Amino acid sequence: MLHIKNLHASVEDKDILKGINLDIKAGEVHAIMGPNGSGKSTLASIVAGKDTFEVTEGELTFNNEDISELSPEERAHRGVFLSFQYPVEIPGVSVTNFIKTAINETRKAKGLKDMPASEMLKLIKEKANLLEIDRKFLSRSLNEGFSGGEKKRNEIFQMAMLEPKLAILDETDSGLDIDALKIVANGVNKLRSKDNAILVITHYQRLLDYIVPDFVHVLIDGRIVKSGPKELAYELEEKGYDWIKEELV
Amino acid sequence: MGLKDKLVSSFFAFEDHLEDDSPIHDIRNKAINIFEGQGFPTKKEEDWKYTSLKAILNHDYCLFPNRDNSVELKNVRKYFLHDIDTYKIVFVDGVYSSFLSETTHDSMDICLLSSALSKAKYNPVIETYFNKIASKDSLTSLNTAFAKEGAYIYIPKNKEVEKPIEIVNFATGNEAALMLQPRNLIVVGENTQVQIIERHQSLTDNAVLTNSVTEIFTDKRAFVDYYKIQNDNSNASLIDNTYIEQQRESNCNVHTFSLGGKITRNNLNFYQRGEHCDSTLKGITILKDKQHVDHNTLVKHIEPNCESHQDYKGLYADNSTGVFNGKVVVEKEAQKTNAFQQNNNILIDDNATVNAKPQLEIFADDVKCSHGCTIGQFDEDALFYLQTRGIAKKEAQALLMYAFANSVLESVKIPEIKRRINALIATKIGVNIGFDV
Repeated sequence: MLHIKNLHASVEDKDILKGINLDIKAGEVHAIMGPNGSGKSTLASIVAGKDTFEVTEGELTFNNEDISELSPEERAHRGVFLSFQYPVEIPGVSVTNFIKTAINETRKAKGLKDMPASEMLKLIKEKANLLEIDRKFLSRSLNEGFSGGEKKRNEIFQMAMLEPKLAILDETDSGLDIDALKIVANGVNKLRSKDNAILVITHYQRLLDYIVPDFVHVLIDGRIVKSGPKELAYELEEKGYDWIKEELV
Repeated sequence: MGLKDKLVSSFFAFEDHLEDDSPIHDIRNKAINIFEGQGFPTKKEEDWKYTSLKAILNHDYCLFPNRDNSVELKNVRKYFLHDIDTYKIVFVDGVYSSFLSETTHDSMDICLLSSALSKAKYNPVIETYFNKIASKDSLTSLNTAFAKEGAYIYIPKNKEVEKPIEIVNFATGNEAALMLQPRNLIVVGENTQVQIIERHQSLTDNAVLTNSVTEIFTDKRAFVDYYKIQNDNSNASLIDNTYIEQQRESNCNVHTFSLGGKITRNNLNFYQRGEHCDSTLKGITILKDKQHVDHNTLVKHIEPNCESHQDYKGLYADNSTGVFNGKVVVEKEAQKTNAFQQNNNILIDDNATVNAKPQLEIFADDVKCSHGCTIGQFDEDALFYLQTRGIAKKEAQALLMYAFANSVLESVKIPEIKRRINALIATKIGVNIGFDV
C-alpha cells in the first residue's frame, strides 16, 4: 500500500530524513518509535503532504501511484489520513459541520454528490458512539478549549468518519490518561481491517499494548536503524535507545 | 467652489429657515465657525495620517435633496432586521419616512430629532444632552451646524425596551451625489435595557457622503447593546462620530461590522463617568477592491473600578486598506481599571495594507491594561490540517477566515443579527462548503 524507498528530506538545508525505507501492506499495523528529534513527525507530515519539507531524493508511492507531487487534500482523497499531535483549533465551526465539510469535499473530489443529511447523521451517531463521544461535544467549536484527551478522541472520530486506507497516528497517546487511551485505542482497533493499514508513531510502548503492531521500526537520526516484531517495543521500553545506537557504531 | 465653501455658504440659507428661538441657534453658529476655521481634516493631522478624504470631497454634493424622494418597501425590506419585531426610525435621503418607520411615544420616545428640537416639551432633554459630549472637532461641528434630523430615543427609568430599535438611513441615488448629516440623540435612563441597530444604505452606485453624529447617554445600571452594520455600496462613504457617556454600573457594547463602502471612518468614543462601568468595542472588518476602513477608538477611564474590552478583527483582500487607531486613557483617579485591547488582522493579498496604532495613556498606578496587535497571513499549520481532511486549499483558507472573524460574534446578543452577519461573512469570504451558518 505505502512504499517508501530511500527517502531523503530537508528543511532549510538541514537534512532530517536520510534514506527511509518502509513498506506497509494492507491489513498491517506498523509502529515507528524513536527519540525526540529523530524525524518521526517529519516522516508523518511528508507522507501527508506538508510542503515545508523538501523531498530531495527517493520514492513515495501509495497503491502504486507516485504521490510525492500531490497536494495534502489529493492524498486525503486517495485515503491517507494523519492524526495530528497538535490538532488546530477552529472557532465558529462545529465538529459536526467540519466533518460534514471534510466528507463532502472528499466526495466532490471523487465526483460524488453530497452525502444525504440523514445518512450523515446516522454515520456521525454511529462513530460518536464508538468513541464514547456525546452530542454536546459534536456541536462545540472544533478543538477550541478541548482537553488533550478530547482533541485526540476527536482526531480518531474524524478518522472513523473518513475511513482512510492508511491512518498515520502521530503521538496519539500524548496527553491521554489511561482511560482515554483505552477508548481511543479501542476505537482504532475497531477500524482495523484487512483492507486498511495503520502507522503508529510514538515515544512509548504504552500505546502499543492496546494497538498491537505487526512490525516495530526504530527511527534514529533520520534513518530506520532496526525493525522487528512487537517485542522490540518492550526491549526499547526497558533499555532505551542507547543500546541500538551503540550497536550501530 | 469647493465643498467646504459650499457648506459654509449654504449654512446661512439653512439657518434662515429655522426658528430664531430654537435653543440650539447659538450652538449651530459656533459649530459652523469651527468648521470654517478648520475645514476638512487632512493627512497632516495625526489622527488622519492614514485616511485621506480627498477622493470623496471632490463631488458636487447635493446638500438639501428633494423632499419627495421615496422608496418602496419591497426594494428595501432586506435591509431591515425584522418586519414587525423591531421599532424603526427610517430616513430616505435624510428625510423621515413615516411609511417605513414604526415609532412610539408609549411610555418612552422612539421618534425624530426634528420634533425633539422643535417641540417645547422636549426642551429640558435637549438642553441637558444635545451636543454635550460630542467633540468640537471639525467634522462633528459640521454635523452640529446642520443637525436637523435623526433618531431621538429617550428611555425613562426602569424601562426594558422589548424590541430592538433600527435606525436606517437610505440614499435613493436620485441625486448624482448626496451628502447626508444625520444626528442621533439617545438617552437611556437608569436601570433600562435597549438594543439598537444602525445602518446606512445607499440604493444605487451614485456617490453618497454621510457625516453622522450619535450621542448616547447611559445612566446608572443601564444596558445598551449597539450594532453598526456597514455594508454599503462601492461609492458610499461614511464618517461615523459616536460619543458615549456612561454612568456608574452601566454596560455598553458596540459592535461594528465594516463589510463594504468606499471610505469608512469610525470615530468611536467612550467616556466612563461612574464606577463599575463596562464598555465593549468589537469589530469585524472584511474588505476588498480599494475599500478603506479606519477604526479610531477612544476609551476614557475617568473613575475607578471600570473595565473596557476591545476586540477588532480584520481581513483585507486586493488593494484594500485598514486602520486601527485605538486609544485608551486611564486618568489619575481611575484606579483598578481593567482595559484590554486586541486587534488582529490578516492580509489576504500582497497589495492589502493595515496600519495599526494602539495607544495607552495611563496616569493611575494600580491598573491592568493590555494590548495586542497582529498583522499576518494564514497559519500554515492550520491550513495543512484542513487539507489533510480533504478540504482544498482555497476552501480551507475561507474556512480559516470565517473562523477568525466569527470569534467576534460570540458576544452578539440578537440571534437574527448573528445569523445575518454570519451569512454576510460567509458570502464575503466565499465560504461555500456546505455548513450551516
